[in-house]
Amino acid sequence: MSFFNEARFLIKTNIRDYGMYIALFVIMLTFSVMTDGLFMSSRNISNLLDSAGYIAVLAVGMTLIIVIRHIDLSVGFVAGFLGAVAAIFLTQMGLSVWLVIPIVMVFGIIIGLFNGFLVAKIGIPSFVATLAGMLIFRGALLNVTESTGTIIVNDDLFNSLGNGFIPSLVEVNGLHLLSVLVGAVGIALYIYSELSTRRNKVTYGFEVISLPIFIVKLVFVSFIIGYITWVLAGYNGFSWTVVIMLLVVVIYHFLSTKTVLGRNIYAVGSNPEAAHLSGINVTKITMIVFGSMGMLAALSGILFTARLQSATTTAGTLFELDAIAAAYVGGVSSAGGVGKVTGAIIGAIVMASLSSGMNLLGVGISYQYMIRGGVLAAAVIFEVMTRKQRG
Amino acid sequence: MSDYILEMNGITKEFTGIKALDDVNFKVERGEIHCLIGENGAGKSTLMKVLSGVYPYGTYDGDIVFEGDVQRFNEINDSVKAGIAIIYQELALFPDLTVYENIFAGNEIRKGPFVDWNETIVQSVKMLEKVKLKVDPETLIKDLGVGKQQLVEIAKTLSKEVKLLILDEPTAALNENDSENLLELLKELRSQGITCIMISHKLKEVISIADKATILRDGKTIVTLDAHKGEISESVIIKNMVGREIADIYPKRLDHEFGDTVLELNNWSAYDSQLGRHVVKKANIQLKQGEIIGIAGLMGSGRTELALSIFGNPKKYKVEGDMQVNGRDVQFKHTSDAIKAGIAYVTEDRKGNGLFLINDIKNNLTAAHLKGISQSGVLNLNEEVKVGSEYRKSLHIKTSSLELAVGKLSGGNQQKVSLGKWLFTGPKILILDEPTRGIDVGAKFEIYTIMNELIKQGMSIIMISSELNEIIGMSDRIYVMAEGAITGELSRAGTTQEAIMELATQ
Repeated sequence: MSFFNEARFLIKTNIRDYGMYIALFVIMLTFSVMTDGLFMSSRNISNLLDSAGYIAVLAVGMTLIIVIRHIDLSVGFVAGFLGAVAAIFLTQMGLSVWLVIPIVMVFGIIIGLFNGFLVAKIGIPSFVATLAGMLIFRGALLNVTESTGTIIVNDDLFNSLGNGFIPSLVEVNGLHLLSVLVGAVGIALYIYSELSTRRNKVTYGFEVISLPIFIVKLVFVSFIIGYITWVLAGYNGFSWTVVIMLLVVVIYHFLSTKTVLGRNIYAVGSNPEAAHLSGINVTKITMIVFGSMGMLAALSGILFTARLQSATTTAGTLFELDAIAAAYVGGVSSAGGVGKVTGAIIGAIVMASLSSGMNLLGVGISYQYMIRGGVLAAAVIFEVMTRKQRG
Repeated sequence: MSDYILEMNGITKEFTGIKALDDVNFKVERGEIHCLIGENGAGKSTLMKVLSGVYPYGTYDGDIVFEGDVQRFNEINDSVKAGIAIIYQELALFPDLTVYENIFAGNEIRKGPFVDWNETIVQSVKMLEKVKLKVDPETLIKDLGVGKQQLVEIAKTLSKEVKLLILDEPTAALNENDSENLLELLKELRSQGITCIMISHKLKEVISIADKATILRDGKTIVTLDAHKGEISESVIIKNMVGREIADIYPKRLDHEFGDTVLELNNWSAYDSQLGRHVVKKANIQLKQGEIIGIAGLMGSGRTELALSIFGNPKKYKVEGDMQVNGRDVQFKHTSDAIKAGIAYVTEDRKGNGLFLINDIKNNLTAAHLKGISQSGVLNLNEEVKVGSEYRKSLHIKTSSLELAVGKLSGGNQQKVSLGKWLFTGPKILILDEPTRGIDVGAKFEIYTIMNELIKQGMSIIMISSELNEIIGMSDRIYVMAEGAITGELSRAGTTQEAIMELATQ
């Protein structure tokens, strides 16, 4: 097979996976042209990623929830409530950040497991069970912020999670050295993992993509990592939010693609009855996925509170719908069993890019909603079309 | 000259190369009860679907003459308008609506644009009288037993102008008392001039009620028997139902010694609380190492339910009795326990609950035994490809790639994937539920060969099948089930299809 034929074949068979990357690329390119490059400026990209963070972590959990054919509407106010709880622990009880974060995450897990219990054990439809949760935690948020109103958080360490950047060590030519190093290590790790995967496949005697294509892929992805690093290093470097987001993606990507647990989650989503007959404990898997959703909701609440440096009475409003939208834009299928964690992050970044780009262009908020709705619909149409092709 | 209300002449219906109906002729005289008999897959349901317009005019060859006119039904509504009503085994009632609402559902009595509920109730009382059902019309359907629900369904069809009533195994879910009532009612309707076609597996019923009986086999009309000429008897029906020669499609098997008993069931019962009846009744079964036992019986006789109750009971039946695996008492809480004990169950419904259709072949092959390709919970994806390649080779799975979605494979290859998935769990006892349903002869032979290979390796197999040839051709011993109970045990030698059918239709 010639180089171009192979490239065309790979793109055609993986169009579903590449679709949203292409969409993101097109969106970014369009905004860059329309804003004379302002969109791709270091400052804007940095802000954009930070603003996507708390939705992106929710979207990761939501993707797995939708993969197993459920939905979680409670996550927005769970995030808002747990963000407020974190603020109360920090300010009124004076606990250390190192204690508060794990405690709040555990609270999140407990709430998630409770949702999972209602859905999997009692058999309440997840839409209703989590709608109840949404109301309850909206009330709980109002309740804990009732006496004080907005709770201001003064803890710098905590706030840096939403606003701070990793230390720069030295600035070289206006670039932050540590961030550049992080990017370089990222590229090195990426190349190493690709090489070892390829070597492994070769030792098993499996077919691999041809060397030229492989090299093009390596160079291309390395270039993108390098470019993003360079852009970010020109402003303040990697923010803690971006670092946390990356960690969540890496961990969840590994869990969902390389572990027995992940495989079982997709099996349950693909055909719950067959999963049960294959010896998979569907109830347990459902509990775990809801538990993880609760944990990520807690993380989202922490990021949002840190970003605002305060817990407000309306924190978390509509987060759940933004997360669901991001998951769908990222390619999850409501029919179950299909959807990637990496897609969820891209989906969240697409939605954040749309907001950011349209803000730069001065598009009115009314049109912004309509356009974002249109993109969501287009993403789902694309998903349905490619699924038909898959058969 | 006979007065035929219905004549179906030369009906042929093909599904992608397989003739489900082959030049079928079926004539029903006005005012008679005509039974339609045949094994599972003989073509009874297909014939009724052609008649009712589920398969529209043009998708089959042949003529339907109803009331003297050639009919061209494009959809079910057309046949309903003509006066043909079918009552399926699965009742089409709304459980949360009242009896009177159900009787006139889709056929509401109106006063202007509004439903006239008072008139509806008055009329439904009349209909209920016709079917001799004494219930308050305001009762909810779900509060009635199955037998009474069936009567409501009949009342519903009577509310429309029905000339030909078709009942698909009406007594399959009924107890004896309800069955008798129903048969009495059919006789009553006959005296009112309603013609009735009844599909049934229960020969005693057929004998007691039928004016005529037509027997289908392999999509062909075999014979129409007339009760008034004394032609209908159990032995004649059975002979005509099965009369197929056992083709030489079963691979030769060398005789071998069996080992110890690996599975034993004593007084094994399963109660389905949703259906409100026992689906398995006091079954006693033994399976020895290296043995293939066949479980014969008609659809709905409790074969699949028996298998599921053994395999970790995923449907949550209330199970009673003892089960021993390798001489040890066991109780499985979940299918995973059964798998751990070395039991595997290859489902009859591979698309519905066997395979993950959107996932690829290698994914499906490893789904029930991910332990085999992982270490402390982390998968070795290369190992998975290796396992996949091995099964692709040993089971002759024909595919362009292991990464193809299983839904895109042919039935035979899907069945092989389904089988491979369970072989990878390393079972000692393999339960095969209709292992060759819907696959072609070549793939069937391959499955049989694999089965023989497996018992040679020391596995034991329970094979559930509706095909009598297959049961006789492959089994060492045969259990026959009817209505949840084991009605007989036969040895391979000297068993005939007639003997099995007799036990299955008890």
